[in-house]
Amino acid sequence: MLIFLARRLFQAVLVMLAVAFIAFALFNYVGDPIDSMVGQDTSLADRQQLRQELGLNDSFVVQFARFVGHAARGEFGLSYQQQRPVAQIILERMPATLELSFVSAALALALGVPMGIYTGLHRGSWLSQGLLGLSLVGVSLPTFLIGILLILVFSVDLKWLPSFGRGSVVHFGWWTSGLVTRDGWRAIIMPSVTLALFQMTLIMRLVRAEMIEVLRTDYIKFARARGLSNRAINFGHALKNTLVPVITVAGLQLGSIIAFAIITETVFQWPGMGLMFIQAVSSVDIPVMAAYLMLVGFFFVIINLVVDLLYHVIDPRLRIDREQVGIG
Amino acid sequence: MVTGRSWFRCCTAFALAAMLAFGAQAQTRIFRWSNDGDPTTMDPQARSDGFVTSFDMNMYEPLVRRDRNLKLEPALATEWSLISPTTWRFTLRHGVRFHDGSPFTADDVVFSFQRALATGSDVAALLSSVKDVQKVDDYTVDLITEGPSPILPNYLVGVAMMSKKWCEAHDATRAAPHEDKENYATRHEDGTGPFILKDRQPAVRTVLVKNPDWWGLKDWPIDFDEVVFTRIANPATRAAALLSGELDMVYNVPLQDVARIASTPGMKIWQTPELRTIFLGMDQSRPELLESSVKGKNPFKDKRVRQAFYQAIDEDAIKVKVMQGFARPTALMVGPGINGFDPALDTRFPYDPAAAKKLLADAGYPNGFEVGFDCPNDRYVNDAAICQAVVAMLARIGVKADLLAQTKAKYFGKINAPAYDTSFFMLGWTPTPLDALNMLSELASTRSGDAREGVYNNGGYSNPALDQLIKQIEVELDSKRRNALIGKALSIVKNDFAYIPLHQQIVVWASRDNIDLAQLGNNDFQWRYVKLK
Repeated sequence: MLIFLARRLFQAVLVMLAVAFIAFALFNYVGDPIDSMVGQDTSLADRQQLRQELGLNDSFVVQFARFVGHAARGEFGLSYQQQRPVAQIILERMPATLELSFVSAALALALGVPMGIYTGLHRGSWLSQGLLGLSLVGVSLPTFLIGILLILVFSVDLKWLPSFGRGSVVHFGWWTSGLVTRDGWRAIIMPSVTLALFQMTLIMRLVRAEMIEVLRTDYIKFARARGLSNRAINFGHALKNTLVPVITVAGLQLGSIIAFAIITETVFQWPGMGLMFIQAVSSVDIPVMAAYLMLVGFFFVIINLVVDLLYHVIDPRLRIDREQVGIG
Repeated sequence: MVTGRSWFRCCTAFALAAMLAFGAQAQTRIFRWSNDGDPTTMDPQARSDGFVTSFDMNMYEPLVRRDRNLKLEPALATEWSLISPTTWRFTLRHGVRFHDGSPFTADDVVFSFQRALATGSDVAALLSSVKDVQKVDDYTVDLITEGPSPILPNYLVGVAMMSKKWCEAHDATRAAPHEDKENYATRHEDGTGPFILKDRQPAVRTVLVKNPDWWGLKDWPIDFDEVVFTRIANPATRAAALLSGELDMVYNVPLQDVARIASTPGMKIWQTPELRTIFLGMDQSRPELLESSVKGKNPFKDKRVRQAFYQAIDEDAIKVKVMQGFARPTALMVGPGINGFDPALDTRFPYDPAAAKKLLADAGYPNGFEVGFDCPNDRYVNDAAICQAVVAMLARIGVKADLLAQTKAKYFGKINAPAYDTSFFMLGWTPTPLDALNMLSELASTRSGDAREGVYNNGGYSNPALDQLIKQIEVELDSKRRNALIGKALSIVKNDFAYIPLHQQIVVWASRDNIDLAQLGNNDFQWRYVKLK
C-alpha cells in the first residue's frame, strides 16, 4: 500500500511538471501582456522596462525554470492585472467554485443514480422513455445556452432568481460561503442546475447501462432462483456491482466539473476560479493562468488518487491483485 | 403551462414580498451598475486606462476636469493661467479635505505630481512636457514645462491628487508594487472626491458610499447613498440583469440588444458619438510590403492606390449593415468634440468603385493585387465584421485582402511599435487630451528614431511639410491661430490619403428610464451627475 502511494505521488509530480511545461509552451501564443497593462500614451521605453522587470525578455527555458522554482515554494507571483499575489486571488475565488461544484455534483448524483436505477429496472415504462428523451436534451444542449435560457425565464420573466453573482456570503476565516444565507441559495440554484445537467444525464445513462448488464449475469439469476426479494437483489447485489465504474466516472467528472465550471461561471458571473481564468486569458495575465492550470492539474491528480483508493474499499478483487503484484 | 394572468399574480405576490422584506432598508438608496471591465486598481496613477481612470476619478479628483459637455472646469484648482510661455500657475481650492480628514494643500499637489512622474506610474506619459513642480504658497503651485505647452491642462484631467501624508503612512509613495508586495493604494483609497470606497472585491464587486463632506455637494447634490458596481463580462447576462431589475444602469450595450432594451417598458437607451475614430492604415514606408503579391515595390507608396482603397469602401453601407446605424461616418481623423475638428473639412471622398478601379489601373495594377489585412476581433464595436465587409468591397476592385482577425492581445503586438509588422490594418484612436495635435503627432508625424514622434504611425506615413506644421502647432499659444494651423494639417492628412477614416462609433448605454445621467463621448462616467429621481 505504501509503495503504491509513493509511486502515485511520484507520478503526480511528473504530471504537474508536464502541466506546467505545456501551459508555459502555450503562453507564447496568447499574446502580449504589456498592452493590457498600460495606457496608449505610455512610451516605448517604459513598456520595454516593464517587459524587462516582468522577465518577459528571458528565454523560455529561463522563464520556465523560474516559474517551477517559485511554484515549488508555493509562490506564484503578482497578477499583472490586479497587482497583488496570485495565491491570494485564488484563495478568494476558490470557495465559490468548490461550493458550486459540490452542489452540482451532489445534485447530479442524487438525481442521476435513482433515475439510472429506475430506467434500468423499468425499461419499457413511459417514465423511463421520457427520462431518456430528456437526458438527450441534457447532453446535447450547450451549457451557455441552458444558462441563458434559465436566466431569461427565471430572472427576466419571472424575476424569481438573481441572474448573476453569488448573493450574500458569510466569512469563515479565509473561506466564504453562500450556502448559509437564503440569498446565497437563491443565487446557486441556476448555476448548479446548469452545471449538473450534463453530469446528471451521464450518470443516469451509465447506471442504467450497468444495471442492465449486471441483471443479466448468472449470479443475479441464481439469486432470483434462490428466492431472494427483489429489493435485496436489485440494491444489495446488482447496484453494488455497478458502483465501480460509476465511482470512477463520477470522480473524474468532479474534476471536470471544477475545471469546466468556466462556462457556467462566465454565464452567471459566478465569482469563482473559472471566471478568473477566462478574464486572465483575455488580458494575458500569465501568473494567474499558470497558477490556475497547476491547481486544476493538482485537483485531477488528487481525485484520481482518491478514486483508486476507493476501488480498494469497494472491490475486494483489486486488493488481491495488488497484493500479488506487490509480492511479484 | 402558466397563463399570463397567473404570471402577473406571481409577479405581484413576489413584488409585495420583496417590498415587505426590504421595506426596513428603504432609507438606503443604492445605484447599481455594471460594465464588462473591472477597474483593476484603485490607485489612480497606476493605470492610464479610460475605464480605470474614469472609475477612480469618482473617489479622487484632478486639478482640472471635464464637465458633462467635455469642457474643462475647475476641480481642485479654481484658476489656472500661463504666467510665462513655460509656466502654468494653478490656484488651489480652499477648504478641501481628503477622505481621512486631512486638509488638501500645495504639498499634496507637489507630492502627487512627483509620484505621477516617478517609475511605476502609468500617467507619467501625460506629463511628458513637465520639467518641474514648484510650490509657491500653500494654495498656489507652478508647473514648469520643457517648452511651451498650451494644452497641458487637458492632460491634467487624468492626473489625480493624492494625500502625501496617507501615501507615506501606507508605504504607497510609488504607484507600483515593490518586491512582490501589493501596493496599499491598489485596494484602498484616500481621495477628495464625491465617493468613498467601502468594499472592494477585485473583478467581482465594488461598493462606495457618498462623501457627505464633499466640497462640490452644493453644485452637484447626490440623491443616493451607495454605489454598487459589479463586473459582468458576459453581454447577454449584463443585459438580462438590467431587464430583470437587478441593475439600474449598464454599459457597454451590445448592438444586438439595443432594440430589445429600448422596447422594454421602463428602460432607456442612451447614445452619443464616441470621440474615438476608427480608421484603416497602410504601410507606406517599407520598400516592399511584408504581406503582398506585389514584389520589389510597395503599391501603397503611390497615392492613387491609397485613394483607390478609400473610394472602394462604402462607409455608408458599413454604417447601416454592420453598425446598425450606430456610427458616424467621418472624413477626418478626429471627430466632433475634439479640439481642432472642423465641420467644413468633414466631407468624405465619394464611394466610387469605378473611379477606384481606374485609379488602380493608372497606378499599374489593372488586375489588383493581394495584401494581408490585420484586424482585432474584440477591441472595437463589430471590428471583425467591419473588416469582413471591407474585404468584400475591395474584392470588387480586384484587391484580395487576406484578413487576419485576432484577439487584441495578439493583434496590437503585431501591428504596433516596435514591430509594425503589418501591411494594411484597422485601428481606433481617441486623442487623450481631446485635441487634434495628439492625433497628428502620434499618427501622422514622421516616425522619429527616439520614439517620441509618430509612435502609432504604424503605416510610416511621412510628409515633411506636415511635420513642420505640427512643430508650429506644438508651440503656438494663440488658440485661434493654433486652430487654423490644425485645420491645415488635418487637410493635408486627408488629401494625402495618409489614412482611410471610417467612422466614430456611437456609445450606447442603457438604464432604467427614471435615471438621469451624463453620457460623455470619451466613455467617462461621472457619478456626480447621476440622479435616481
